[in-house]
Amino acid sequence: MTPLEGYLLLSALLFAIGLAGALTRRNAILVLIGIELMLNAANLNFIAFWRYGPHPEAMTGVMFAIFSIAVAAAEAAVGLALILAAYRHLRTTNLDRMNRLKG
Amino acid sequence: MTATFLILAAITVAGTAAAMGLRNAVHCVLALTVGFAGVAGLYLYLGAQFVGFTQIMVYVGAVAILAVFAIMMTHNPGQPEEPFSRYWVWGAVIAAAVFLTLARAVHLAFEPTSSVLAVPPQAPDITVQQIGDALMRRYVLPLEIIGLLLTAALIGAVIIAMDPRDDASMEDAAE
Amino acid sequence: MIATTLSAESIDQIFVLAKHALLARTPSALQSFVSALISIVPLLVVFPSLFAITTILERKGLGRMQNRLGPNRVGPFGLLQPAADGIKALIKEDVVPTAADQTVHFFAPVVFVAAAFLAYAVLPIGRNMVLVNLNAGVLFFFAAGSVVELSVFMAGWSSRSKYSLLGAMRAIAQMISYEVPLVLASVPAIMQAGSLSTVGIVEAQAGYTGIWPHWYLFTPWGIVGFVLFLIAATAESNRSPFDLPEGESEIIAGYFIEYSGFKFALFFLAEYLGMFATSALGITLFLGGWSAPFSFLSFIPSWFWFFAKLLALIFFFIWIRGTLPRLRMDQLMGFAWKFILPMALLNMFVAGLWRFLPAGIIRWIVCAAVLAAPCIVLSFALKQKKKLLVRTYHFAE
Repeated sequence: MTPLEGYLLLSALLFAIGLAGALTRRNAILVLIGIELMLNAANLNFIAFWRYGPHPEAMTGVMFAIFSIAVAAAEAAVGLALILAAYRHLRTTNLDRMNRLKG
Repeated sequence: MTATFLILAAITVAGTAAAMGLRNAVHCVLALTVGFAGVAGLYLYLGAQFVGFTQIMVYVGAVAILAVFAIMMTHNPGQPEEPFSRYWVWGAVIAAAVFLTLARAVHLAFEPTSSVLAVPPQAPDITVQQIGDALMRRYVLPLEIIGLLLTAALIGAVIIAMDPRDDASMEDAAE
Repeated sequence: MIATTLSAESIDQIFVLAKHALLARTPSALQSFVSALISIVPLLVVFPSLFAITTILERKGLGRMQNRLGPNRVGPFGLLQPAADGIKALIKEDVVPTAADQTVHFFAPVVFVAAAFLAYAVLPIGRNMVLVNLNAGVLFFFAAGSVVELSVFMAGWSSRSKYSLLGAMRAIAQMISYEVPLVLASVPAIMQAGSLSTVGIVEAQAGYTGIWPHWYLFTPWGIVGFVLFLIAATAESNRSPFDLPEGESEIIAGYFIEYSGFKFALFFLAEYLGMFATSALGITLFLGGWSAPFSFLSFIPSWFWFFAKLLALIFFFIWIRGTLPRLRMDQLMGFAWKFILPMALLNMFVAGLWRFLPAGIIRWIVCAAVLAAPCIVLSFALKQKKKLLVRTYHFAE
């Protein structure tokens, strides 16, 4: 097994764990954390391909990963603000209870 | 498979699995921090120093703290705690299916006949100067757009999370 | 034994030469391990000793500023007080509340101390005396500093006590608010040196014109940047006047209220280590690191100058603690976001101006004016006008 294959399998595993968490957890914040984990797995993929790919001096993987981290941080901030606003309205973060459009 | 990679991978997988499996939400976020640190260690092992330190600074130092604050502010001890959905089996099955599909695709791509990714080259020595140069020349447009995006996210998050009662109470306090 | 002549350069490099001499005598299989050990152990010994000296300096210094003697019972002039404090911390009973989260409660001081020690890896203590010369050294330092906030939360939350949770939230809010100005205040020095490596920044300031050094402190953006950096560093280490999260008269030690004995000593140690590390980074960025103040003083070893500057900054922190009153939480946050942050951004712009203007007196005047005018305008705009009304008293009938 080449090192690149190891990294790709690891990132697939992280993605699957994040997906499992996002699908099964009922706390809205933990679902958001699952999404962050999926983004991390994708970043790991980028860096692994940059390192073991044909043209590492072009730094494409590193650049994409940097921008992806910035976007993920912005998305986490806005997502958590939305959850706070929803909590203020519904007094719960349990996704099973947020099943009506009417407040 | 070097020992360092296996140890870092084990730490990452253990941290993330605990993050998605524990009952207490704060414990989940602390385990997630271990997972993020593991991923940062993998970046450093791959030779991407700048991304590794940025990962720690942004994810461990900001996103984890944000998640923890949100958990604390939305903590309602009166509600019964249901950490997992009733249909968690389906979620696990879907995630397992995704993982198996991806693993099969990766395995098929690395057959002995493919020669493109056969020999791992030397670790490229990327300096921060080169990253800065690329950011300012080739990637200047994405850089500016990221700036706009972060500004919009900052203002948006503050406005969404602001308590509408705060304005009135601040004026009263200043009297 | 290698015979070296006792020149100024060999005294300057005495630790490096000692390390090479020791390494030459170890078998080659163990050399990398022994080299790492020789570099790390002095760090783990010197800075906690500096912490012990600082505790006694602080108590005596604060005492003198408040017109009283400090501790003077243990040893001559009270100088053995740190030993007494250390023994007390070690033999005290370790009380953990039953409602506390045991694992997180245990790991919080460990994470705090580990993150505080990690930051010392990139600080140049003398010429050729840095533990790791990372290409992104300053970024590594700030990454290690941002782990501290998580450990503060762990300490406050795991104690399951209202006071500790409140103290932890305040402390984290303060540390996050002042981390942005801290990073922004150090960016001009990085811009001017053209490198994120601490060794590169120090070497960019190591020259002399005549007898005057090339420190970044002697530029308009350097002075303002250094002041902003010191303010943000005081707030990051939760020191007075920004010590509301742990003010003894307010919230009785805040987030580490439920810790006793050795764990409390670890928190104390980690806080002071953080203060030393941030001061050392300020010295590296603005005060020229290990370079001497005047060119004719270069014969004195570089590590002596580093510790002299570090002690001067420690004295400055103690002085500020004894002089200024504590800031309230909203005053603290307003100060960070409405004054320090805009000034730090303006400072970055002025550093860019400085670089592209031709050298001479014009550059000084333009940069000083561009910095001074918004500073004065902001200070007047942010002053809260309180209308003082006539007090009316209502007594119970």
